[in-house]
Amino acid sequence: MSSAEENGRPVQPDRNNSRLERSEHRERLAKWLLPVVIFLVALTGWEALVRINEIPPYILPGPLLILQTLINDWSILSGSLINTLIITLSALAVATLGGVGLAILFAQSKWIEASLFPFAVVLQVTPIIAVAPLILIYVDSVFIALLICAWIVAFFPILSNTTLGLNSADHNLHDLFRLYGASRWQILRYLRLPSALPYFLGGLKIAGGLSLIGAIVAEFTAGTAGTGSGLAFRILEAGYRLNIPRMFAALILISFTGILIFLIFSWLSHLLLRKWHESAVSREH
Amino acid sequence: MENIGKSFSNGTVALEHMSLSVARGSFVSLLGPSGCGKSTALRIISGLTRPTAGRLHWPAGQASAAGGKSADVGFVFQEPTLMPWATVFDNIYLPLRLKGVSRAAAHNDVMEALQRTHLDGFENAYPRELSGGMKMRVSIARALVTHPKLLLMDEPFAALDEITRFKLNRDLLELWEAYNWTVIFVTHSVFESVFLSNRIVVMAARPGRVFGELAVDEPYPRDEAYRTSSTYARHCREASQLLQAAMESTQ
Repeated sequence: MSSAEENGRPVQPDRNNSRLERSEHRERLAKWLLPVVIFLVALTGWEALVRINEIPPYILPGPLLILQTLINDWSILSGSLINTLIITLSALAVATLGGVGLAILFAQSKWIEASLFPFAVVLQVTPIIAVAPLILIYVDSVFIALLICAWIVAFFPILSNTTLGLNSADHNLHDLFRLYGASRWQILRYLRLPSALPYFLGGLKIAGGLSLIGAIVAEFTAGTAGTGSGLAFRILEAGYRLNIPRMFAALILISFTGILIFLIFSWLSHLLLRKWHESAVSREH
Repeated sequence: MENIGKSFSNGTVALEHMSLSVARGSFVSLLGPSGCGKSTALRIISGLTRPTAGRLHWPAGQASAAGGKSADVGFVFQEPTLMPWATVFDNIYLPLRLKGVSRAAAHNDVMEALQRTHLDGFENAYPRELSGGMKMRVSIARALVTHPKLLLMDEPFAALDEITRFKLNRDLLELWEAYNWTVIFVTHSVFESVFLSNRIVVMAARPGRVFGELAVDEPYPRDEAYRTSSTYARHCREASQLLQAAMESTQ
């Protein structure tokens, strides 16, 4: 039904209205339902593939078996999940503090930024998997070593985004602040930090995922020798025992953690920006 | 009110030997083609830019010649220049907040500014919810909340449609009469300058300088009747001719 056709018939506005409402409702429902249905179909296909071809679970377990493993091994896996979560979230917290703090420092002077930024870039571009063994040698506490690894990966997007944001404050507004005799601190507090907020939140969303990746990579490098028993350790351990279903179960937990982190920060970003920022404002069509 | 004599250069010569004295309570328009240094002159008066030569003189008891950085100067930019993350109230409150006035103490001043600019009821709106004209009103309200003696306006209505511009022109005159401001108004519109000001200073470019002056001795308040009167048309013609001559002097 094209809108031109409806416009051609001005009668029955009520019917058109309710029809419009119904179609909108349908669209909203489909937006949620469609991905869920497709996902279920894919899972069923996987299960069918495994059953029909009688693939042994140590090569490819079906989703039902993985789910069952997840439930049966929950006591082991949940502990690992918590360990990984602690490292991920601590690293993210330190990365946020460090990233924002450094960004504010950089914003104070071009010279500070020019002198220190190369270090940040070096830390960012050197693959963490290559640096992790060194850190594990130098740092006694495995927990601290893992934290450092995750932090290195996570802090850069926060730093670079926040720095960009702090420097993106409107020039006219900056003039206005100067005109009214604003102090450096006032300009930072009332102009530059709010200007940087959307950029910072963008960085935080990336950093959330990266801190999980950093934590997992570091756990892998620490390997089974480490005292830490995070999810990556469980995957390694299960791999040695050819316990493929448990590997999948741990993998799924990691994925879900990543998705959850992403959703939380998307929601936080929406909450903070919905009143004023273009990215979060909902428009009426 | 002031006696500005300054030449200014920053690689290119934006202003050369520009002298201008503005009487207290007058409404002066700086009219000229783009690139004639109107905005630069305004920024120097406000203290945002330092002149490379020459001096600013302020009447006794006002800000030092070093800069107009005082409560006595309000500035309205070409764009509304509002903080998108802050409500209308907070945007208008800003100059007072920067001076350390508490929110409670500023409340009445902000509300008065809102009322004066016909923005009652919009104090909790965000700038993106407002039209271009209303954003400009907020910008004006922010300038008048500190009760300035001198208001500097840099092509404030250039980006607005004509209907909105006319309305704001009238409102601005109302405010000007109510507050007894001195206004220096930068514009490239002959019609706007003749409607608003009692003195038009025409500037020429390369180098930026004062080319000529025109008095508009018509009584205030001015309204739509004035805008369609023959005296208005005559003043416009004179201003246009002067502006034309200023532009030819450059080529």
